[in-house]
Amino acid sequence: MRADLNVPAAGNGIAAPPEAFSVDPPAPFDSTGPRIRPVRDEFHGDLLEVSMGPHHPSTHGVFRMVVTLDGETIVKLKPVFGYLHRNHEKLGEATTYLSSMPYTDRLDYFCAMTNNWAYALAVEKLAGLSVPPRAEYLRVILAELTRLLNHTCLAGFLLQDCGASGTPLMYAFREREKILDLFEALSGSRMMCNFQRFGGCRVDAPTGWLDAARRVAEGYPRFLDEFEGLITGNEIVMARTQGVGRLPAALAISAGVTGPMLRAAGVAYDLRKVDGYGYYPRFDFRVPFGGDGDTYDRYMIRILEMRESVAILQQALRDVPAGPVMDPKARLRGFRPKPGEAYGRIEGPKGEIGFYLISDGGPNPYRYRVRAPSFVNLTILEDLCLGHTVADAVIILGSIDIVLGEVDR
Amino acid sequence: MLGTGIVQGFAITARNFVGSFHDPARFVTVQYPEEPAPVTENYRNFPFLIYDAEDDPMGTLRCVACRICEKECPPQCIYIVPDIDEKGKPRKHPRVFDLDVSVCMSCQICVEVCPFDAIKMDQVFALAATDRFDGLLQRKEQLAKPNRYFHQIHPAEAAEVDARLVGERTQAEEKARAMAAAKLAAATGASAAQPPLPGA
Amino acid sequence: MSGAVLHFLADLLVGGRVGSRPGGLQARGPAGDALEQAPVMLRDWVAHWFPAPVRWLAGNLFGVLATLAAFALLFVALTLVERKVLGRMQNRPGPNRAGPFGLLQPVADGIKLLVKEDIVPAAADKPLHFLAPVAFLAFNLLAFAVIPYGRLLVPVDLDAGILFFFAAGAGTELAVFIAGWSSHNKYSLLAAMRALAQLISYELPLLLAVVPVVMLAGTLSPAGVVAAQGRWTFGLLPHWHVFTPCGAAGFVLFMLAALAEANRAPFDLPEAESELIAGHLTEYSGFKYALFFMGEYLGMTALSAMAVTLYLGGWQAPCAGLQFIPSYLWFVLKLLALLALFMWTRGTLPRLRLDQLMRLSWKFLTPLALINLGTAACWQLGAGAEGWGAQLGRWVLAWALVLVPFTVLGRGLGAGFGRRTYRYAT
Repeated sequence: MRADLNVPAAGNGIAAPPEAFSVDPPAPFDSTGPRIRPVRDEFHGDLLEVSMGPHHPSTHGVFRMVVTLDGETIVKLKPVFGYLHRNHEKLGEATTYLSSMPYTDRLDYFCAMTNNWAYALAVEKLAGLSVPPRAEYLRVILAELTRLLNHTCLAGFLLQDCGASGTPLMYAFREREKILDLFEALSGSRMMCNFQRFGGCRVDAPTGWLDAARRVAEGYPRFLDEFEGLITGNEIVMARTQGVGRLPAALAISAGVTGPMLRAAGVAYDLRKVDGYGYYPRFDFRVPFGGDGDTYDRYMIRILEMRESVAILQQALRDVPAGPVMDPKARLRGFRPKPGEAYGRIEGPKGEIGFYLISDGGPNPYRYRVRAPSFVNLTILEDLCLGHTVADAVIILGSIDIVLGEVDR
Repeated sequence: MLGTGIVQGFAITARNFVGSFHDPARFVTVQYPEEPAPVTENYRNFPFLIYDAEDDPMGTLRCVACRICEKECPPQCIYIVPDIDEKGKPRKHPRVFDLDVSVCMSCQICVEVCPFDAIKMDQVFALAATDRFDGLLQRKEQLAKPNRYFHQIHPAEAAEVDARLVGERTQAEEKARAMAAAKLAAATGASAAQPPLPGA
Repeated sequence: MSGAVLHFLADLLVGGRVGSRPGGLQARGPAGDALEQAPVMLRDWVAHWFPAPVRWLAGNLFGVLATLAAFALLFVALTLVERKVLGRMQNRPGPNRAGPFGLLQPVADGIKLLVKEDIVPAAADKPLHFLAPVAFLAFNLLAFAVIPYGRLLVPVDLDAGILFFFAAGAGTELAVFIAGWSSHNKYSLLAAMRALAQLISYELPLLLAVVPVVMLAGTLSPAGVVAAQGRWTFGLLPHWHVFTPCGAAGFVLFMLAALAEANRAPFDLPEAESELIAGHLTEYSGFKYALFFMGEYLGMTALSAMAVTLYLGGWQAPCAGLQFIPSYLWFVLKLLALLALFMWTRGTLPRLRLDQLMRLSWKFLTPLALINLGTAACWQLGAGAEGWGAQLGRWVLAWALVLVPFTVLGRGLGAGFGRRTYRYAT
């Protein structure tokens, strides 16, 4: 956290419960009783415990929420995950640095390019490699395309959870396909790109790719205008999402939430500005923030971020220099960084994604740790959902934007 | 007034409905399999081995069984047994080259680390079989495809690889010629120290 | 004596001359008589194959079967058309693999549902479990009996046809509750009660929206309502009820309430599994589910047909000169337009939460419907006013009485929601 971060006056951070309930301060290790205790009178019966998931159309992967209900209202929520655990961190200790790169694609499987960059950044810090300018520009372009991809996807899925029978989802995926085609033309695979390397990018962009990317970036504002016309002013969407899942800024900061969730809560914190990694300081863009921190704000901040990403893309695509895309000192095989540790982080579409590596001089890392933004953002799910109904819980979960590949690793 | 946002939404879906009949940007479905699925040049699916001469596929496989791809493959899906002759010396040829397609994750690292341009990425994705386990383990014979096929699916990359291989071959030939000339010069130089033979 | 009774029954059931009204079924339209008469002549021809004492029964049964067949066929086509229309709105073709243009898709769906295993919970109340979908379908079908499909085509011409229609519609709500109750599943029962709450709270705006029409037409008979709309100004502007202020408001209210009665988006919470723990149809599989599905579509069609009858002039042509086109074709066109509106709504709007749904009904639609009654009364009072100034005043007053409450109540409903502005950090 920057020392000059302006934190709003902190309350106790928990969303105000409805009047019929009395509130105890949360006991951090109490996993048995309800989080807010309902009033016991003749109108309130027993509590109902329901398990939503892991097979569920709205939980964005294999995720389970054990929800305790008083009538329609949630009084306790326990997220249960781990159904997609694939030993990613332990595997990282058993494979070489290069061989871990394809596995990072599969962490947040929507945003392969940014995962790759975060990992490459960590290894480059560890080994002291530098990256040529063209590769840095390409990385920025790909990261912003990934941000567009991810936020488009989220907007579509959020509206699908609201019950919009697929129309916004189809529009979102129509635009997403254009970016996925760009990724396929560049790296060979639509989602599992495996494109960044330590010291640059794997290959240079083929001829015509930059023009195609320019066309996609130019077409995006029109799509955003149409999408916003369908959704942003829609009274039903506003009624479903405004006031639902309000996240106070103090709670967000104390829970370690990052990404659009934090910015929607009113904290102007974006690693692209704070760390200034890569060539981001060269580009002129703004970071949208503000609002109450409810679901509508999280959706709107993502829409505004998409517009800013288009601005960055236009600048980057205009100014890409010619040159090599790989550091000549970098070696593919026999890569043994000197003993040490490094933490490389970037502002991924979902939040701060970071890789912590400890090297002992061998070909494999000694310790390989992933700081997954979805995992950390998910810890406050209960605080957001208390006092709302099950239908709202589905929408709140959708707006947190989790990917189980990251949460479970 | 209440309802203006909703009416705007109606206008947008109406525009998409009408546009889907005449505007290709508003009707993006590819009717597979009647229309071919669009595939770019760089698209990769599973690896394949290259041989140079079509009349002797197994004999002209570029693979020399150095086993670098087997070592570097992240999920360890390649199994190689080099070919050794009667005296125990390795022939530069794989006796067994198996690739487990159910394990392969198409990451392309084997292609990147191969020093001999022997293994490249294929583009075939229609890999259905009638038996449950059929086609999951691909052997050397199934993996081997000619260089002509590589040109067909990855023209730019194949042209670059061919140019590089030709360059390396001419360099190797020049080096061999230079070494032979140096050896001859050393031999003639050694013999030049002696008095010339009568009649030379 | 018995002959007279039979004759009376015949008159009642076939073509219904009981309680005749002016300008009703007896009126012959201008050119196009042959086409208009064609269905009636077909029915008479079929009835003649039967002996004279039962000719009335045969004719009647023919009418019933023809109506059932027509609307069953419409349901079958509607399932496919809805999916294709939704697909086109979403930039994709919809089903197009089963048969050319997907025309055999309903057949495929029917076969799939028929061969599915019919699972009935062991503790369920078996007769009621069987009865619920049947009752649901039966009540929805019953509503088709009183709608005039053409000048000479109304299966049963009742004096209180509108009342009968809504009474049959209310029977479907009972069937929904039977479905939830007989499943012997706590969550299904809760969901059924929730669905029932939705249906009951939207009955009120539905019925209240119809009362102005009855006031304007002066009769509860659907055929009479259609006949009352059979005039044109300058031969061009039809006197349909939707073009009057209270009729326009009533039409909008009726359509919104019909969306909720038919469990269609944006009021389809009872069908959204992702938002409930279980729906009231959880324990139904295979063909019983298909019957519920069919009942829901038929309910939607019946409500659209009633909306056409009450507000859009039924089988009346929009211009006097276009009356050569048979009246039943006009009815079909208008019905398809309203069904398209239902599908358009489904493709555009997300779902409302239950409490928002109920708030919309009780705090917005019902007060507006009540105020609409007052508007209709003012409208009727000013009907006889002389001079174009008074008529203009009547129109202005009526529109003001419609728009002002809408704006005021709308502001109250939308309080606390609105677009927001965000800050930027550089």
